[in-house]
Formats: sequence, structure tokens, C-alpha cells
Amino acid sequence: MQYQSQSVAKLYFIAAIGLFVAQVLFGLIMGLQYVVGDFLFPEIPFNVARMVHTNSLIVWLLMGFMGAAYYLVPEESQRELYSPKLAVLMFWVFLVAATLTVIGYLAVPYATLAKITGNDLLPTMGREFLEQPTITKIGIVVVALAFLYNIGMTVLTGRKTVVTIVLLTGLLGLAVFFLFSFYNPDNLVKDKYYWWWVVHLWVEGVWELILAAILAFVLIKVTGVDREVIEKWLYIIIAMTLITGIIGTGHHFYWIGTPEYWQWWGSIFSALEPIPFFMLTLFAFNTINKRKREHPNKAAVLWAMGTAVMAFLGAGVWGFLHTLAPVNYYTHGTQITAAHGHMAFYGAYVMVVLTIISYAVPIMFGREAKSNAKQVMEMWSFWLMTISIVFITLFLTGAGILQVYLQRYSDAPQAFMIVQEKISLFYWMREFTGLVFFVGVILFILSFLPDRKAQQV
Amino acid sequence: MQEVFTKSMARNIYYGGSAFFLLLFLALTFDTHNAWPARDNHQNITPQVSAGKRLWERNNCIGCHTLLGEGAYFAPELGNVYKRFGENKEAIKGFIRSRPVDGIPGRRSMPQFNFTDAELDEIVEFLKYASEINTNNWPPNIQG
Repeated sequence: MQYQSQSVAKLYFIAAIGLFVAQVLFGLIMGLQYVVGDFLFPEIPFNVARMVHTNSLIVWLLMGFMGAAYYLVPEESQRELYSPKLAVLMFWVFLVAATLTVIGYLAVPYATLAKITGNDLLPTMGREFLEQPTITKIGIVVVALAFLYNIGMTVLTGRKTVVTIVLLTGLLGLAVFFLFSFYNPDNLVKDKYYWWWVVHLWVEGVWELILAAILAFVLIKVTGVDREVIEKWLYIIIAMTLITGIIGTGHHFYWIGTPEYWQWWGSIFSALEPIPFFMLTLFAFNTINKRKREHPNKAAVLWAMGTAVMAFLGAGVWGFLHTLAPVNYYTHGTQITAAHGHMAFYGAYVMVVLTIISYAVPIMFGREAKSNAKQVMEMWSFWLMTISIVFITLFLTGAGILQVYLQRYSDAPQAFMIVQEKISLFYWMREFTGLVFFVGVILFILSFLPDRKAQQV
Repeated sequence: MQEVFTKSMARNIYYGGSAFFLLLFLALTFDTHNAWPARDNHQNITPQVSAGKRLWERNNCIGCHTLLGEGAYFAPELGNVYKRFGENKEAIKGFIRSRPVDGIPGRRSMPQFNFTDAELDEIVEFLKYASEINTNNWPPNIQG
């Protein structure tokens, strides 16, 4: 570690992994509720488990992005962080706000939470992924602004690199688009339209900038390839991301009360969205093939390659699968969407955060890489998680195809709940695969514990 | 080849391309706003519908159901539930009112929300309003 202040990232990474565990545990609860409908009912109804599952995902990825920024920006800017104290303070604000919110979800009925947090004053709750009480949302804005200020001051007063400029643009976009979460009109169509400005422009827009910047940083470090080459790739990848992804938002505007022409704009541009992901894959493999050094952290290199491949499969291929309007007419809001969501979030964002953790944490503990045994364990966690998510995605895709056929496509469409029972085999297989995924998460954590001394073996 | 395509060209494509398509997106958004009055059913947003939307939100209905295809996939689509129930407001209210407190053994069940009669009217009016938005004929059939 070249700069002392990079170590604030450690806090963010630890909290991120803690929330990752919570996310997967609640995912397992939901998965079981899909087949054993009354599991934990009425104590933890499905909607509560789902809020914890999705919200802890979002928060831990944000924590991971912030940790990544605090780690890589001082090194890129060649100076200490502008204010390490502010970074630590904001960490605790964020963690306390997130914890209180989750306790709120679990301890009281959602309507009570809305009441005691004063949702009536500025109603923003009760919309998918934006379920947080308004006060939590305000907290997120405060944390994001303080974070941006801290990172921005470090970047602007230090050496400017393409990696930091792209990262900063992505983080700025993240903060700006989140502001649309405060707009919640009575008009359902407008509500939905601008809700996507947060959700889509995050995950299919500015988050991809953050992803590409983090991956480029790790690749520069582990391959020793010339920065000029990597930076050119980075620019062209994120250029394609925004050129396709901004108008690509239109693939959410087919059936929510928006004009028909969005079916053309959305289909054409979102069909091009896999291109930047494919370029990301080419970029990662090319860079690793042309490496100038053999980095001892083989696990981090594996995660970096995995990110590039799985992001393309999950976001690119599984996204394309249901993005054309005539197809989406039948698949919209089915298990096909869930299948895509799982592999895309894992492949793009979970994996890139695990990549930077895998790369940076050993360095923060004073060595370039973990022992061979611990790296082998980490690689096991990589394969268990990755193969599990592939099968979870395949099972949900199977469930989705059957659901679409039985409920929407056949000559005698059947009711939702009847179809759900008919496809329950797929949900069972998904649940068992989820358990394997959880083993992978545990192994990942164990691989970061200190080695036993040789004598004790 | 490497020199033909320089880093500054890549950067210009990034800034130029992003700015152009962001402006195009804003232009399409402006046009969408103009098109809405004819199709978003706003004329039926009564105070009761607004209250129904808030009720929908503060009970996190989207955590199990989809509404116009967005939400969770655990329980049926509700964008067209008003039509699926034969436009029978009492049937929808009766369904919500009759959910067992402790659920149904082994099966998925909607929680008992203990809505007042006024609240039941609000949620039904909201669902009626939602079902009359022009969604380009989605969902494909009445099952949602």
C-alpha cells in the first residue's frame, strides 16, 4: 500500500461482505417461500425478505464502490486522500443508517415504518428498490455528497488519470440520478418513467463506468500493461455503454403508458447494449494475454477475468434474450426478468467488488498476495459462486419459459398461482443451488482469515 | 494501426457520443410528456386514487406483486386485476378483507392488512385507474 489513507477502504470492504452474507441469507429465505409459501409467515412476509435482499445488495455494492474508490484514487492521484477522517465518519453514518433501516424493515410492519419516519411529509417509500424511508434516502444523499467531495478533491488536486476521471464521472452520475428517487407523483405513469431514471441509468449506465474503471485499475496493476493502451480501451468501452445505454432505457418504456415509438428506440438501442460488455471481455483477456508480469495474486486475476465473462453473459446475453419489444411483450415481469437480474448483478457488480477486494485486501495487510492454500480456497469460492449463479439463472430461465407459455402464450392461459405450482420443481432446484452459492460466500470469507502457522498443521 | 486510433479520439467519442445521446433522450422525454395526456388516464386521478396510491406504497404491495409488469414476481399482476375480477369492486375488497391472519399452511398467502372500508375503497379506485392506462395492450391476456 503506497498511501496510508488507502486503508479506510478496509472498513468499507468488511461491511460490504457482512451485508453480502445478509443478502444471500434473505435470498435463501425468499427462495424457500417460493415453494413453502407459509415459511416464516407472518413474521417475515415475502415482501420484507425481498426488501432486505435487494436493499442490502444495493448498499453493499455502494460500500464496495466507495471502498474501491478510497483504495484506488490515492494511488492513481499519487497523494493521500483529501480527508481520511471524513471517509471514516461517512462510513459509520452509512452503516448505522443501513442497519437501522434493515432493523426497521424487520421489526415493525412497513406501514408503521412509513408512519414513524414521516413518509407523509415527502412520500418516497413503497417503490421497488427505493423502499428506504425518506430519511434514509436523505442520509444516502449526504453520504454520497461527502464521498464525492472527498474523492473529487483528491482527484482534482492530484495526478489525473483516465481511471480516476471515469470513476468520478460514474460516481457523480450515481449521485445525480439518485435524486430522482425523491420524485413520486400521483400519476403512476410519470412515477414509473422517472423511477427508471434511477434504476436503469444506474445499473445500465453510470454503474458500468464505475465497473470499467475499477476493472481497468486492477488490470493495470496485475498485468503491468502500458496505461496508454488500457485507457484507450476504457474510453471506447464506456463511450459504447452510454451511447447504447441511455436510449436503451426505452426498453423499460414499452408497457407502462408511454408512446409506442419507445418499442423501436428501446429495442434497437438495447439490442446494442451487449457490445460494450463484449468489448470488456475482449479487453480483459487481451490485457491479461499481453501481461508484462506474473502477479502472485492469481485469485484476483481470476476474479477480473470472471467479471468480464459473467458481465457479458448476465447483462449482455441474458439481457438481449428478452429486450426486443415483441419478445418482451410475453416475458415482461416474469421469472425471465428474475433470471437476468441475478446473473447480471452477480456478473457485473458483485464480481467487480470481489475483484477489488481480492486484489486490495492482501496488500492492505502488507503482502502482495495470500498464501497459496488461501488462494486455492478463494478460487474454490469463485467457482462455487459462479457455477451456482449460472445454474440459478438457468433454472429461473426454465421456470420463466414455462411461465410465459402456460400463463401468456398458450391457447388456454392459466392463472398465475396455478402456473406457479406447476413450475415449482425449478424453484426447488434454484433453492438448492442457492445453498451451494452460500457455501461459496463462506469460503470467500474464510480465505481471508490468517494462515495457521506451519508447525500447527 | 495503434496510432491511427488515438486516445484523444476515443475520449472525444466518449464525450461527444454521451452528450449527443443524452440530449436525444431528453428530447424524446419532452415528446413523451406531450403524448401522455392522451394515454396516461390522468383525468381519473381523483383524491381517492391518490390516497390509494399512497396506501399501495406504504404497505409495500410491490414487494410481492407486479404493477404493469414491474415489481416482485411472487404474486399476481395487479395492473389488470380490476378487469380480471370482472370490474367488480366488491369482489376485490372481499378478497383483501378475507386474508387469514396466520396465512394458509404450506401456501403463499397475502397478509391481513386490516384496512378500513375507506381504505379499501381507495385501493380499489387506484387499481381501477391503473387498469385504464393505455399500456399498448399489455398484458397479453387477462391472467396478467
